Amino acid sequence: MSERMKPALLFGPLVLFLCLAYFVPFLGVMQWSVTLPEPGVGQYVKAVSDPLIISVFIRTFRICLIVTILSIAAAYCIAYIWVRGTPMQRLAMEICILIPFWISILTRAFGWVALLTNRGLINTWLQQIGIISEPLTLVRNEFGVVLGMTHFLIPFAVFPIASAMRSLDERVLMAARGMGATRLRTFWAIFVPMTLPGVLGAGIIVFVFALGFFITPAILGGGRSVMIAELIYLRLFQSPDWGLGAAMSVILMLIVAGLLALMMRYARPKSMLR
Amino acid sequence: MSKPTPVAVILASLVALFLLLPLIAVIPVSFTPTRFLAMPSGEWSLRHYQALLDNPAWLQSIWLSIRIGILSSVISTTLALMFSLGIWMFRPWFANILLGFVLLPMVAPPVVSAITLYFFLIGLSKVNDLVGYDTWIGVAVAHAVMIAPFAVVLITVALSQVDRRIDLAARGFGAGIRTRIFKVILPNIRFGILTALFLSFVLSWEEIGVTLFVTSVNAITLPRMMWMGLRDNIDPAIAAISVVLIAIVIAVILAKTVVTAMLSRKG
Repeated sequence: MSERMKPALLFGPLVLFLCLAYFVPFLGVMQWSVTLPEPGVGQYVKAVSDPLIISVFIRTFRICLIVTILSIAAAYCIAYIWVRGTPMQRLAMEICILIPFWISILTRAFGWVALLTNRGLINTWLQQIGIISEPLTLVRNEFGVVLGMTHFLIPFAVFPIASAMRSLDERVLMAARGMGATRLRTFWAIFVPMTLPGVLGAGIIVFVFALGFFITPAILGGGRSVMIAELIYLRLFQSPDWGLGAAMSVILMLIVAGLLALMMRYARPKSMLR
Repeated sequence: MSKPTPVAVILASLVALFLLLPLIAVIPVSFTPTRFLAMPSGEWSLRHYQALLDNPAWLQSIWLSIRIGILSSVISTTLALMFSLGIWMFRPWFANILLGFVLLPMVAPPVVSAITLYFFLIGLSKVNDLVGYDTWIGVAVAHAVMIAPFAVVLITVALSQVDRRIDLAARGFGAGIRTRIFKVILPNIRFGILTALFLSFVLSWEEIGVTLFVTSVNAITLPRMMWMGLRDNIDPAIAAISVVLIAIVIAVILAKTVVTAMLSRKG
């Protein structure tokens, strides 16, 4: 065995494994999209002109945008205390972030069902204290989907924002205070702008994750607010239309690739390699 | 800036409450005496916990998920370890391209990975019965694809903290590649490898997106079993199993917090 071959023996197996199990099959899916049911780009034309599919794409973008804004706002609040609080506050925040993070997406979506359903915690409680007489419809609609997705994505937004807050130079803040800026002004004029790259990075991560969601919308949307990923699932397994499902997958992949390229360009995540 | 203001603390506490609320809501629901999902009114019952033990399908799906988790975490961690070692030791000029390629399954939308792995496994099913669509080994292989990028990230981060000079010293004294890996590098990143194994197992244990696409009636993992109970008429047994899963996570996190606190006090 020559010296040159040795590195390839180490990183080769994983690359080969992913080529065979992921890359080549993805090319196969792309092939489906232009050959099923008949050869041509008909499925792509359908995917961008069918009013139903367009409305699902628009709904997906709307939900993802709302979820991204809510998650970022919530993550900023919790990351702030996690980074700058007293040791006790830091520990409490860390536990509140880690517990949901390690619990599966199914259990968390189910938790929202248990909370929001007609005989669930919120409706039972509101009826007991007499605010409402009939249960509110809080789940199996877009409201439930937005809550469930935001809940899932907050921890993912916290990590990049907290890392931006940690790497901020404390002396800049002290200088601002020393020159007479109020605490509020120091926060808005110095702290927020300096942590903005982290916010931007977190925003793109959350948006990309949200685009591909289908478990949470399927459980909390109850078939009424279908998002693009769930539509792909339905097209493959309920009304077998593999060509269209494959074409929508390729389109989704292209959108995600575009967003990630944007992130690499502007938010510049730190390289993992030294 | 000094201590956070009360407003900031209140806002963060509200978010923390929002994060914990759905997990808390599951607890009372799991003790309902009714056959449908409801808050228990007055009487509490353990019947849904009993149902978990009585129905062999639950225990079978747990055992299946454990087997799949072990196989897929071993496959993905081994491949990821070799890959990361190769990149770290030899630093080829195309390292970034390779890294981008192996991280693909992590950044691609889960539904796209799912349809891709579905394509892969039905292809394999045509040539053998052991590894393919709706078999437990097939599911483990699909999970390994999804999990490998996470293992690569963890091990690469662990390697980035190793002092290169100890490897150079070993090499200078004439150690071969095998000695460098097993006697010098691996002992230094053993904690990172264990973390990767553990995270891989957890990710496989709770994987549902891909599993939904590559299984139908035979390979029913625990998440797949929960999914079936969640779709139409929600079975309160889901609440009981959720409470069990949440309790495990809380116990592990609290144990880790206590151990970390004790270690830091000692050191």
